[in-house]
Amino acid sequence: MLLEASSVEKWYLRGKGFSNRFFAVNSTDLILESGKVTVLTGRSGSGKTTLMNMMAGLLTPDGGKVLLDGKDLYAMDDNTLSRLRNRHFGMIPQGAEILPDLTVMENILLPIGIYRDRYGRSASEAEECARELLEQMEIGDLSDVPAKELSGGERRRVCAARALAGAPEFVFADEPTSDLDDDNTKIILSVLRQATASGCAVMIVTHDPEALGYADIHYRMDGGSLSVLPEDNKPKEEKIHAI
Amino acid sequence: MNIRKLPFTNLLRKPGRTIALVLLTALLALSVFGGSVVVMSMQRGLKSLESRLGADIIVVPSSAQSKVSFKNMLLQGTTGAFYMSGENLTRTLEVEGVEKAAPQLFLASLKADCCSIKIQVIGIDPETDFIIQPWIEESCRQELGDMDVVVGCDVGVGAGDTLKIYEQYCHVTGKLAPTGTGLDSAVYCNMDTMNKLLKAAEAKGITHDITSEDEGLVSAIYVKVREGYDIGKVNSAIQGHTRKASAVRTKSMITDVSGSLSGISRTVTWLTAAIWILSLVILLIAFAMIVNERKKEFALLRLLGTSRRLLGSVIRIETAVCSLAGGIAGVMIASVFLFPFTKLIESSLGLPYLTPPLPRILLTALATLAGTVIMGSLASAWAAGRLSRVDPGIVLRGN
Repeated sequence: MLLEASSVEKWYLRGKGFSNRFFAVNSTDLILESGKVTVLTGRSGSGKTTLMNMMAGLLTPDGGKVLLDGKDLYAMDDNTLSRLRNRHFGMIPQGAEILPDLTVMENILLPIGIYRDRYGRSASEAEECARELLEQMEIGDLSDVPAKELSGGERRRVCAARALAGAPEFVFADEPTSDLDDDNTKIILSVLRQATASGCAVMIVTHDPEALGYADIHYRMDGGSLSVLPEDNKPKEEKIHAI
Repeated sequence: MNIRKLPFTNLLRKPGRTIALVLLTALLALSVFGGSVVVMSMQRGLKSLESRLGADIIVVPSSAQSKVSFKNMLLQGTTGAFYMSGENLTRTLEVEGVEKAAPQLFLASLKADCCSIKIQVIGIDPETDFIIQPWIEESCRQELGDMDVVVGCDVGVGAGDTLKIYEQYCHVTGKLAPTGTGLDSAVYCNMDTMNKLLKAAEAKGITHDITSEDEGLVSAIYVKVREGYDIGKVNSAIQGHTRKASAVRTKSMITDVSGSLSGISRTVTWLTAAIWILSLVILLIAFAMIVNERKKEFALLRLLGTSRRLLGSVIRIETAVCSLAGGIAGVMIASVFLFPFTKLIESSLGLPYLTPPLPRILLTALATLAGTVIMGSLASAWAAGRLSRVDPGIVLRGN
């Protein structure tokens, strides 16, 4: 599957009047390639998260298109787009949002239980996968713990497991390692890297230089404009073996 | 975790929020159901009284109007201890246009073995009575003979039973349909039985305003006007022809009360409507606050692929369960406070109060439940609709 942003832009109004538009993302093209980790860095407010949300079908662009295998996401009706997000996209949101009243395992399996006719990984397969992911992320003993009792780092790891448990084709991770110690940072980045082995495309938005070591492609965003940094774009095979 | 289980999980694992919502809707249901039942009971009580009171005119001693409120006697059935000469009965019958005249003799409240409440004994003349006889609901004997009584619906005996008053055994020959007034605790007997009861009371040293020696006294005369005659003119004629007595038109009195009752009904209806509107506003605010508090939770569900429609149904199910539980609780609380205390409500309102039949109560309860569920759903749909218009990406970014 190919996910492609074509001339997408997003602006917000600051103050009154159309002339006071602030462009969070200028007309931008971006392709997410299967089996690759794309890392997007940049200063705060440079438009990284806005671009990622548009790619993930969560934020309607003011211009341009986001195409999945040639089909415009934002031309789809809400039901179709929601199902598509549920089946093909996994996301680690910036705030590491989880449902606090559910257990860790319930949170991870929630996306799989949204649609009865969800194809792909079955509930039992997903549960098995979720347990493996929790083990990999060293929180295997927390599966029955209410999510509200988790620390920030644990929440982020649960979000990563939730994003990956349904075996999506695209994973979007927004600051997945913020507030994490070095060990936990390595764990999350390694797990995301591993997901590309099955053809998953991973997009990471981060300030963390550690993530660059796991990137196949590195983009930088400044003032809403994207630039590719080719010198960083080399395979990271050694990192996979390091896990 | 299945999305269809999510509303129930949310409700169970957030008991504080759930209880607050249930209480809010319970308050709404309580006021609506309670208000409706009270209004219906008052309307039914007056209707029953109106249809039951076959008399066009009631003649009472002039002193009665000052001793007790005559309206109270009619509406609450609290008979007073007032008497006038039986000659007034003959004089009333002499007036042109009077078709029937039925005397009644009141004996102030007394306690009987049968009941926890005080009963009133009312002496009637079975041969001329046209007030009580048509309303005997169950009867084993038609004639009200010596030591026979007919009882109001609140007197805890049935037709065929024996009622002991002042050590005298009275045979219950019939039971009256409910009126929603104090007459439901009255015992009707003929004048001879009344005299025997008075004697028995005197033998026990109990005195009343009337003694067994006072013969020919009556407390009230119920008059039926012949068809074609003007009730007002007959009333004036009776007033002029009788001595130390006042003739009162029942219809005008009932019309007065009916007018005041419709005023009360209007007030209660407006109050109920105000409570509904206020509750809708409170529910809207409450749901808006809850949805706002949970906006990240809902945005997360959208992020995970929940469609607007599916998210709406999750919110609606949560609301419907809360509203239904609150509605049931409100109806039950109102029932606990209304139905066992009908007599208390009746006496504090000073109006006939007759609880509607069970099917009508059930229908009102169902309408109340439907109303609370619909209102809750509308309020949550409005709040959820506002939220779903915003992209989840924007909601989640609002950290």
